[in-house]
Amino acid sequence: MSPQIVIGFALILFFIGVFGVLFRKSAIFTLMSLEITLNAACLALIGAFGAWGSPSAQATVALVMAVAAAEVAIGLALIVVMARHEDVTLDAFTSLSREKEEK
Amino acid sequence: MATVLLILLLTPLIGAALNGFIGTWFRNKAHYVAVPALALPFILSCYILWQMMAGGAQAQEFTFFTWLPTGGLNIPFGFYLDQLSAVMAFTVTSVSFFVHFYSIGYMKGDPGYRRFFTYLNLFVFFMLLLVLASSYLLMFVGWEGVGLCSYLLIGFWYEKKSASDAGKKAFIVNRIGDAGFLLGMFLLFTTFGTLRFTELFPLIHESHASEGILLAAALLLFLGAVGKSAQFPLYVWLPDAMEGPTPVSALIHAATMVTAGVYMVARSSVLYSSVPLAGYTVASVGAVTAIFAASMALVNNDIKRILAYSTISQLGYMFLAVGLGAYAAGIFHLYTHAFFKGLLFLAAGSVMHAAGGELDIQRMGGLARKAPQTAALFIIGSLALAGIPPFAGFFSKDEILHAAASSGHTWIWVLGTITAFMTAFYMFRAVFLVFAGKPRDEHLYEHAHESPWTMTVPMWFLALGAVAAGWVGPIYHAFVAPVFAGTHPLHSVEVNPTLLLLSSVSAGVLGIVVAGFMYWVPGFRNRALALIARPLYIILYRKYWVDEIYDWLIVKPLYYISLYPLYKGLDTYIIDRSLVDGTGWVARTGGRLSRALQRGNARTYALLMLAGLLIIFYLVLLK
Repeated sequence: MSPQIVIGFALILFFIGVFGVLFRKSAIFTLMSLEITLNAACLALIGAFGAWGSPSAQATVALVMAVAAAEVAIGLALIVVMARHEDVTLDAFTSLSREKEEK
Repeated sequence: MATVLLILLLTPLIGAALNGFIGTWFRNKAHYVAVPALALPFILSCYILWQMMAGGAQAQEFTFFTWLPTGGLNIPFGFYLDQLSAVMAFTVTSVSFFVHFYSIGYMKGDPGYRRFFTYLNLFVFFMLLLVLASSYLLMFVGWEGVGLCSYLLIGFWYEKKSASDAGKKAFIVNRIGDAGFLLGMFLLFTTFGTLRFTELFPLIHESHASEGILLAAALLLFLGAVGKSAQFPLYVWLPDAMEGPTPVSALIHAATMVTAGVYMVARSSVLYSSVPLAGYTVASVGAVTAIFAASMALVNNDIKRILAYSTISQLGYMFLAVGLGAYAAGIFHLYTHAFFKGLLFLAAGSVMHAAGGELDIQRMGGLARKAPQTAALFIIGSLALAGIPPFAGFFSKDEILHAAASSGHTWIWVLGTITAFMTAFYMFRAVFLVFAGKPRDEHLYEHAHESPWTMTVPMWFLALGAVAAGWVGPIYHAFVAPVFAGTHPLHSVEVNPTLLLLSSVSAGVLGIVVAGFMYWVPGFRNRALALIARPLYIILYRKYWVDEIYDWLIVKPLYYISLYPLYKGLDTYIIDRSLVDGTGWVARTGGRLSRALQRGNARTYALLMLAGLLIIFYLVLLK
């Protein structure tokens, strides 16, 4: 498989992920889309290393997947808290922009 | 001898520390510490004086350790003991001892009893340091230390506004002089590279430095003396300093601290003799101050202020003498003056004690019958001050007038003699108003009483000094002659000593007689004379409006410059409103502007991140 195809596919995948992060409302979809961008990056890495004839990138990717799994665990936990607190949409959480209220 | 000096110096300091730190243990027995802490130095200074007289004394420098070892400046902590400092140490410790003793009775029952003795001991320590120091810098430490103690003791009754104001006034006026002293010291150091007397004076003596530099150094140092010794035009603090307790006035503002300037000039005799103009300036300031202050004492009604003006005037005499090169005569007057003026102040305190704190001599009268000892003591002091033989003041004043007459500056002698007349007049005006005649205030007279023995006994000792201190003249002159061996009094005119003696004594006697006629002989008060002299009286009574002039010329402008351009203008608008508030405004406005970016929406951040990423890609990869 030529690296151009792999990199091209990874690029498409990445922009799908970016699109998902930017335009989906639900935090769950945002998280999923983030995972897609991450995997697109991993795929680009493997493709690039494949072109150089080296398989060692696969070890790095395994590590990234492990980290991504941990990250998802935290991300999902945060989403659960969000759901309990207010809503699962990211737009609901904008309190950082508000001026501090006088108590 | 080094050990003796060290004990002499440190005993008062230890006394002050004991009373200051653990004084509460002694309750109201602070004098059990303070008075012995002065008795020991007194005995030691007598011993030193005796040793030096017996042993054909040599001037010696004792160095204990290097105090300031910095670069080119090496100041050792050391003492310089010669005949001059021995005489000074003796004068300081003896008068201090009697004043401490007197304070036991005078300050009895005061809530600040312990504080009083602490300050007083501390003062004696600094004064001895000033007198014994082996360099200008160490002398300056003592110089500032006595200034501090003076401030603390003038404002001793600090609950009284006038007392705390007087303390501040003394401190601030002294700062002007001290700045001069410092500058003079710097000038000497940059020129000669040392501040130690033993190194400095030979250098000045064979100096190749220009006369201008020496003149500047001498005048700057003299400015310090003008402040400390209350000479014109910086004398204004001394009359106000009378707000302090009377023993303080006796010790600090009559006998010791205020004479530090005279001592300093005498110590620097090499410097002042090498530039005639400097000496002449000192003498002129002294002569003008002498008559100026005496004239204000003529009409004052406050018994302590009369003595304060008298002190300023007598200090003027001393400067007159040292300025004309008659250093020995100036110091001799310092020494006799310490006794009789100390005595007069203590007696004035005793009068106040008798009269229930009253200071106005116009309300007293006839007190001699109620307080005979005090009256006798006050009269002894007055006779000594008026220069009536054989009292102490006669000998020293006569020497000074002799120096003035033979110097060729006739006007100085004329001023000195007129001052002698005024001195006798105002002292006996006080004597007659306070002790003679009929009581003018029945109530005050009824309650008047003699002071306790703790007050009268030390006064009798000082009275002994006031009578006899002048008799040692020839011995004294032979003793201190080596100190001033390199200098010569100005001498251009031969004067007849007998004639001079007659003129100075008759000036004193005339003053007493005139005062007697005006204030004692009933019905002598001449209405016509009073009417003619009225404008003069007002000028004198208002003290030439000097305080008001200073107020208008210096205090008020300073106050308004501080208030309007500096406080209201510079501080409020430029510093507070512009710089301080401006910093906050920049941060707040910057925050408000950049907050627009911070929407709080996570997806906006993601979009911005992407945009940033793309820009970086563009810059890095495609350029």
